[in-house]
Amino acid sequence: MATKIFMEALSPTMEEGRLVKWLKNEGDAVKSGDPLAEVETDKAIMELVARGDGILRKRLVNEGDAKPVGTLVGVIGTADENIDELVGGAAAAATASAAPAPAAASAKSPEPATEPPTEKPAVPQSPSPSAPQPPASGSAARSSPVARKMAADNGLNLSGVSGSGPAGRIIKRDIEAAMAAGQKSGPQTTDHRPPSTREGDYQDLPLTQIRKTIAKRLSESIGPIPTFYLTAEFDLENAAQLRMAMADLGPEFKVSFNDIILKAVATALSQHPEVNAHWLGDKIRQHNRVHLGMAVATDDGLIVPVIFDADTKRMSQISAEAKELAGLARSRKLKSEQYTGSTFSVSNLGMFGIEQFTAIINPPETAILAIGAVEDKVVIEKGEQVVRKRLRVTMSCDHRAIDGAVGAKFLVTLRRLIENPLMLVY
Amino acid sequence: MPIITYRDALNQALREEMQRDDRVFIMGEEVAVYQGAYKVSKGLLQEFGEMRVVDTPITELGFAGVGVGAAMVGLRPVIEFMTWNFAVLALDQVLNAAAKMLYMTGGQYNVPMVFRGPNGAALQLSAQHSQAFESWLAHIPGIKVVTPGTPYDAKGLLKSAIRDDNPICFLEGEMLYNNKGEVPEEEYLIPIGVADLKREGDHATIVTNGKMVLVAMKAADELAKEGINIDVVDLRTVRPMDVEAIKASVMKTNRCVVLEEGWELCGIGAQVVDYVQRDCFDYLDAPVIRVHQADVPMPYAKNLERHAKPDVPKTIAAVKKVMYID
Repeated sequence: MATKIFMEALSPTMEEGRLVKWLKNEGDAVKSGDPLAEVETDKAIMELVARGDGILRKRLVNEGDAKPVGTLVGVIGTADENIDELVGGAAAAATASAAPAPAAASAKSPEPATEPPTEKPAVPQSPSPSAPQPPASGSAARSSPVARKMAADNGLNLSGVSGSGPAGRIIKRDIEAAMAAGQKSGPQTTDHRPPSTREGDYQDLPLTQIRKTIAKRLSESIGPIPTFYLTAEFDLENAAQLRMAMADLGPEFKVSFNDIILKAVATALSQHPEVNAHWLGDKIRQHNRVHLGMAVATDDGLIVPVIFDADTKRMSQISAEAKELAGLARSRKLKSEQYTGSTFSVSNLGMFGIEQFTAIINPPETAILAIGAVEDKVVIEKGEQVVRKRLRVTMSCDHRAIDGAVGAKFLVTLRRLIENPLMLVY
Repeated sequence: MPIITYRDALNQALREEMQRDDRVFIMGEEVAVYQGAYKVSKGLLQEFGEMRVVDTPITELGFAGVGVGAAMVGLRPVIEFMTWNFAVLALDQVLNAAAKMLYMTGGQYNVPMVFRGPNGAALQLSAQHSQAFESWLAHIPGIKVVTPGTPYDAKGLLKSAIRDDNPICFLEGEMLYNNKGEVPEEEYLIPIGVADLKREGDHATIVTNGKMVLVAMKAADELAKEGINIDVVDLRTVRPMDVEAIKASVMKTNRCVVLEEGWELCGIGAQVVDYVQRDCFDYLDAPVIRVHQADVPMPYAKNLERHAKPDVPKTIAAVKKVMYID
């Protein structure tokens, strides 16, 4: 029996996809899981994979065309199967535009038309009479019954949950993690999963009246996120010495200023959950784990991949992960779980020689740190003019959640760490 | 509370019920003069005399049948089999007489009696004397099958069994007789058909019965060291089976292991799994896994016997599997 190929929702927010390139020709044999085409989503270029075995009988969409999620884009069948009816229905399927329920459409798929008459017509000829149809989300991920029940009870879209069980089965702990992350949707993959959430990872603070009033009044003034900015200048002489000392140990020990800053920010955040927080409208969620977002400029725009549990990682890990994530971002290979879930973000334009700038908060986060360039500057030290390496950072804070003094205290901690990088190993 | 052996708990139950009701008598091989092959009937001959503590020849089918007849005319026999392995010879009386009598006489004759004795494997008793019969017996409508795992349950359930108006198969264990546990001095009864949550935990359920309760508890102790907390549901009675207790636990933990002493095919665990899949489908986070004896006649060789039996490591492995650990 033929398997229909649908435009699938390959990102949590994808409504339509552009078929960039077919990877199989009509007549090619395909197996379930084989990549059929590259599809550009709103976020990245992803692979559309086969959901059944057979021969790619028909490609119904031209390369370069954008089609809504749920559109029939091709048919897999046996060599001699009559697929006219399926292909004929393609126009209707296409006009059903955003209908995100390909499984519903496929429920009406016709019986195989070319069964030769036999003595026992009820017995299918093919050893694998029908490939399982993908569930409505367009994902073939398995899930345990309780995972499905929990997802249904909590309005969670299973297609947005990564499965950690065998063969990617979505199990209870995955749902718990997804619910804790407040994630309503997102594509599923198996690697680079954000760490599962445990009890004690965060605490929710109900809004006090004064907090509510601050939130309301300041949003009216500068809204919807009433942002204020704190700028500080740090001395990076010690950090520069650390870099040189490490570089002297060999090229494999080289770290960048950015690596040191990321490590310092992560460490400081672990001591300041009040800025490592999400504004959730009716409460503030202070995170006890640090998932550090780092803004990366790509040709298509800004994306913020996440270094999960950054406060627990060594500088070498942070350095390697930052490099890998930036590379993935630039080649548009990031998976959605790699750019969701951050608790605080950092944006660095130092490499462009920007001395200082203000970054825009990535909600529901409540703050972002803008990193400028490390520059030699004349400063007054003990009454003498000396040249020092200096760095300007500006923290944008959501005043609904963070007051000036709270943000400033975080910067005090950050200054102590960056100016005394040995503290990072303390 | 006094701590006594499983053997003594059974002895107390027999003595108390014989004191309470003079229709109760015990009959079997070596129960009187020898005081019981496993000393369960110790002192009863002296206290109640040879009319109520009766030694029989080695004729299981015969004395089981005498018991059924006695029960039909108003006595309350306790028939001791030296082991349930020997009771196979008497199965016709259990299956075709005791279990069917109430039905086939249109309710005119009930059979209030207890068939009791050790069940399952001990140590190196080889293929013919190491068999667990609870699934065989539980298959039969018309009898109840009771498998206590602790001294407390043994006493409370044997007293209930003797008072029950139906034929009861009461399955003990050679390896259980010396186990000790708290048993209250005051009289108590445990209802037949009610499971007992022997240990509480959130992470997974072990459903078990009889001798395997001890294995489950040891496995749960070991798992607790790794932070894994287990609900141990001791069925205590396998027919009727306390489905509600199984459901309550599995719905809480979402993960279930069934541990039984006998063979896999058509075992007690198969029935538990059926209840679980039917009633707890939406609550399962993993397929239910069974731990049971290897599908072979019990080997005599010590090392092979150890491999064939369900044990703590196998149980721990099964729990970890349903929890997706390792």
